[in-house]
Amino acid sequence: MDNSVCSKRNDNAMKEQTLAINDNHLKELEDEAIFVMREVASQFEKKVILFSGGKDSIVLVHLARKAFWPAKMPFSLLHIDTGHNFEETLKFRDDLANELGVELIVRLVQDTIDQGRVTEERGINASRNKAQSVTLLDAIEELRIDVAVGGGRRDEEKARAKERFFSHRNEFGQWDPKNQRPELWNIFNGHKNFGEHFRVFPISNWTELDVWQYILKEGIRLPMLYYTHRRKIFLRNGVYLAWAPFMQLKPSEKVFEADIRCRTIGDITCTGVTMSKAGSLEEIISEIAATRVTERGGRYDDMRSEAAMEDRKKEGYF
Amino acid sequence: MKLNGENRPIGLLRFTTAGSVDDGKSTLIGRLLYDSKSIFEDQMEHIVQSSKRLGKEETDLSLLTDGLRAEREQGITIDVAYRYFATPARKFIIADTPGHIQYTRNMVTGASTADLAVILIDSRKGVVEQTMRHTYIASLLDIRHIVFCINKMDLVGYSEDVYLRLCDDLKKLGSRLGTGDLHFIPISAKYGDNVVSPSENMKWYGGKTFLNLIETIEIGKKRNSGPARFPVQTVIRPLSSEYHDYRGYAGRVASGTFSAGDRITVLPSGMESEISSITVMGKTISKAEAGDSVTLNLTDQIDISRGDMIVKKGEMPESGVDINLMVCWFNEKPLQQGRKYLIRNNTNETTCVVSSINYRMNISNLERETAGNDVNMNDIANISIRTPRPLYYDCYKNNNITGSMIFIEEGTNETVGAGMICGEYD
Repeated sequence: MDNSVCSKRNDNAMKEQTLAINDNHLKELEDEAIFVMREVASQFEKKVILFSGGKDSIVLVHLARKAFWPAKMPFSLLHIDTGHNFEETLKFRDDLANELGVELIVRLVQDTIDQGRVTEERGINASRNKAQSVTLLDAIEELRIDVAVGGGRRDEEKARAKERFFSHRNEFGQWDPKNQRPELWNIFNGHKNFGEHFRVFPISNWTELDVWQYILKEGIRLPMLYYTHRRKIFLRNGVYLAWAPFMQLKPSEKVFEADIRCRTIGDITCTGVTMSKAGSLEEIISEIAATRVTERGGRYDDMRSEAAMEDRKKEGYF
Repeated sequence: MKLNGENRPIGLLRFTTAGSVDDGKSTLIGRLLYDSKSIFEDQMEHIVQSSKRLGKEETDLSLLTDGLRAEREQGITIDVAYRYFATPARKFIIADTPGHIQYTRNMVTGASTADLAVILIDSRKGVVEQTMRHTYIASLLDIRHIVFCINKMDLVGYSEDVYLRLCDDLKKLGSRLGTGDLHFIPISAKYGDNVVSPSENMKWYGGKTFLNLIETIEIGKKRNSGPARFPVQTVIRPLSSEYHDYRGYAGRVASGTFSAGDRITVLPSGMESEISSITVMGKTISKAEAGDSVTLNLTDQIDISRGDMIVKKGEMPESGVDINLMVCWFNEKPLQQGRKYLIRNNTNETTCVVSSINYRMNISNLERETAGNDVNMNDIANISIRTPRPLYYDCYKNNNITGSMIFIEEGTNETVGAGMICGEYD
């Protein structure tokens, strides 16, 4: 295929364009995130990184390596598996855990459903996105996790804009947005009672573009799903979704092939994909710098209501 | 390109905005995001729809900044919200805080991480109580750059006289508070005058637009030039065969610079050693500056743990058990004289007892008032505390990191107050 020739030629032009985007702020964001990682290590006992296989959690793992080098990072990786994955994500996850020599803990949403602890949604728009919270909270209780580090960013969604770096969860795993601990300077208060836990978000202050620029700067490896590839997709409510055998289609929905890439990677049933020919990090960065739609604009799960994210977060979502 | 300290360009500017519902703060932020093309289509579509649903005539840009359901329902901002936008020159983080007196604690929180404060003035009303409060908090938190946006210029006929008179009043306020670097811009957030583009209506104004000012302002971070301080966060000991005897002290430089070969003192033990190397993930760097997250290695194996502070030999901080500070109280349960609290200063946690409440600051008229036996929520007061062992600190005005602390209530574990150390009580 002469696809590669084409993308090479674009590459040089793109590189120049990308270099014009200022990245002086990345070091400060990295210093801040490493500081937060080290505070987590010192203030908690059973520590996990919530690992989805998406770019944000991959960046977290990179930052954790950097923060504790040459010691092994003091975290296990916890993946809450909806069973609706892009296959490649799972392989990437296993390889990464192996390479780092850290413990990988996987908990299946299917098990939670089988145990009758949550009822699976039915119908066309069925998603296991909400059920994940139950599996996650069960895992936190079972494994006595007192801190779960996540890749949430404040620029993602408006409820997240009010999230703290150290976010307290009560014994039911709930977030109380109206009663959050004030966070001043660089002082983080991780005190809690037995049975409570914290969610910590070291890359709170990063934007989508920052994450991509950082991936480029540090040479971080990503699943190929983020780069352009041909895939079977269909259109639903203005969002392109990747097709998978377990997905129900409406009569009007037609599956077709296109060159796409994933802007976020999550549960396949609610992760919108983007029409794109961006095959390199430089091209992706140029594309994102020029984009007019937010990253979560393609997240089907956020479209359910005005406060969809806030409600899920209160229940214990990531 | 602006330089920070020696030769590091500033790519990130953090600023705080405070204001109430009607002074145009949300409109200014909305305008800034909109005109700098930082509002995305789906976000815009969303607020257009929400405005309609709420029965508003015009699209309400403040819906962009009010994140929580309760805030949207009540049309108020409860909490600090963080906004992000970038231009080719810089990345910006806005700590957007509500401005009512009952939200003083949120303003203090937002100001604690800011390099610059933006204060809006309604050109029709001039310097009001709220202006005093915001300016005072900015100066208390040692924000050294203040931008006064004289807003709603369209409602005073874009009058230069009104603008100049307000500048005079604000300069007087600034000098009373000893605030450093003041800037004044006549704007109309509603129509966009001098926000992103220069105003056609105020040709008499020769200064920078708001965006241009925050893109180019030189942020003097004195912490770079101050005495070197390194609060230890954690000790890295791999205990692997490859790094069997490795011991690294991990932390973020609070101020000054550390270089390999520097003689250092560890506090509180007073032990001395020398920096053998400074590393970031195995890469050796010759020096670490304020803000850098690094790992220090020393030539001697000495006992150092979290909460200790490494300083350059001969650059000792203050120390003592009786400490005077300004506090802002956050909790419904008042701070009480004689009560014990946990305090955290840097990575060091200890207990303190409140030995006296010296005065309360009336932040509406900037007068000191006699305090009773407690400090209420949203109050700012001067208090003295006593700690069981000497604390090592700097005055907040000299060092925002080693001079700040939070109060934690044992039992509820909540962060109940913030303190800024100011040395001896006069």
